[in-house]
Amino acid sequence: MNSRFARILVPLLVGIAFLALWEGLVRASGVKPFVLPAPTVIAGSLIQNFGSLMASLWVTFRVTLAAFLLAVVGGVGLAIVFSQNRLIETALFPYAVALQVTPVVSIAPLIIIWVGYDRVEIAVLILAWIVAFFPILSNTTLGLRSADHNLRDLFRLYGASRRQVLTELQLPSALPYILAGMKISGGLALIGAVVAEFVAGSGAATGLAWRIVEAGNRLDIPRMFAALFLLSTLGICIFFALTLLERRLLRHWHESAVRREV
Amino acid sequence: MTEPAPLIDLAGIGKTYGSGTVALAGVDATIREGGFVSLVGPSGCGKSTLLRIVAGLIAPDKGGLSWPASGTRPSDIGFVFQDATLMPWARVAENVWLPLKLKGIAKEEAMPRVREALARVGLSDFADAFPRELSGGMKMRVSIARALVTEPPVLLMDEPFAALDEFTREKLDDDLIALWQDQRFTTVFVTHSIYESVYLSERVLVMGARPGRILADIAIDAPFPRGRAFRESQAYVETCAKVSAALREGAAI
Repeated sequence: MNSRFARILVPLLVGIAFLALWEGLVRASGVKPFVLPAPTVIAGSLIQNFGSLMASLWVTFRVTLAAFLLAVVGGVGLAIVFSQNRLIETALFPYAVALQVTPVVSIAPLIIIWVGYDRVEIAVLILAWIVAFFPILSNTTLGLRSADHNLRDLFRLYGASRRQVLTELQLPSALPYILAGMKISGGLALIGAVVAEFVAGSGAATGLAWRIVEAGNRLDIPRMFAALFLLSTLGICIFFALTLLERRLLRHWHESAVRREV
Repeated sequence: MTEPAPLIDLAGIGKTYGSGTVALAGVDATIREGGFVSLVGPSGCGKSTLLRIVAGLIAPDKGGLSWPASGTRPSDIGFVFQDATLMPWARVAENVWLPLKLKGIAKEEAMPRVREALARVGLSDFADAFPRELSGGMKMRVSIARALVTEPPVLLMDEPFAALDEFTREKLDDDLIALWQDQRFTTVFVTHSIYESVYLSERVLVMGARPGRILADIAIDAPFPRGRAFRESQAYVETCAKVSAALREGAAI
């Protein structure tokens, strides 16, 4: 069996079987739609509320993407600063860790109050950024240090400047680490955005998380599931987009991305 | 025949590592221009440390190193490691370009020299390949091309062929000799193989461990290129025995 075909087909079949089972059980048992709606009912709700859900999806996507890109720029940038100056790294790294280990839910109210309810999207952006930032920082820091020692010696032998060592040796060596960090951060940015929206709560936020809260308050469970479905789909798309990027960039040289002839 | 001028003068070189290990205890040697010298010895005898001191990658804590001919260390020194040590993300030609690139020579300007260096090691057809597509022996050839692209007066090699299979190794030994005869760079070759050191060199410095020092300085007069006839000759066997005896004596002390 063609392995590539199987990789797509097998999970798809599992998904269809799962949905069919779900539909069948719900119909047979007569469970109420506000407890567990059937997949067809969820699909119906998705179509019915398509406009508002899509608008919310766009809001969540926009803020997630912005937080993620800022996390990449900030994480890689700070890691470069760390690699150039041990003192700055020693001074700042514990605080970066502190920011990471403090649960985002617990700082969300504070950030939202500071930024103001009228600009809640910026607060959500900041919170999503805080969550997404650290994996990129720590992975890039590790990657910049992981350059081959003999290659470092070779650069020294040929009188390379610090800048040349950074751009020609350390950054390319760190690329697989940066991409792995990005894969983690992409998902985390979305989680951060959702959590922040939950905390921001009534009326202020307009993203998918708010749609879930709103639908929950109205006991509109099919709509809740429809929003949930869009949220998962967005998460999966982010993951696959980053996986694709990783393969593109590493396919010629890194073991993780090289296709081997069997 | 007059002796070539001294290129590198090592006087009482000593190096102790932070852990208290005495890597080198007073090494004296003179390496002459255009020579092919091997450093042979067991692991821990400081032969790699000595090579790195010559390269300027490590500073000795005792004694000194001078370059009588040029006055200072040449700015171009070729160095070949035990592993090919190529940048996996860069194509073969880009890897060979590296020493020139670091000196600020643009790609277009460097490419004729890169192509020439690749031609010398027989890899003209692989300029656009990535290192992972090459065999171990081919990667080592790229590494040699990179070391020679600047046409350095000195080539330092740290057990370059140790990880290769014997057939590849013998071929590379012969190719290295051909390059050396053609270009006449001074070569310092570190190896733990007695046979390889005798086959390749004009002179073998036998080193002993704990503390690292030179036990014997053995000249090998056979003409180059040496080939199979030399490998099977009485002189070869006798010289190998002599190096081996010097190593044993060192270990017994």
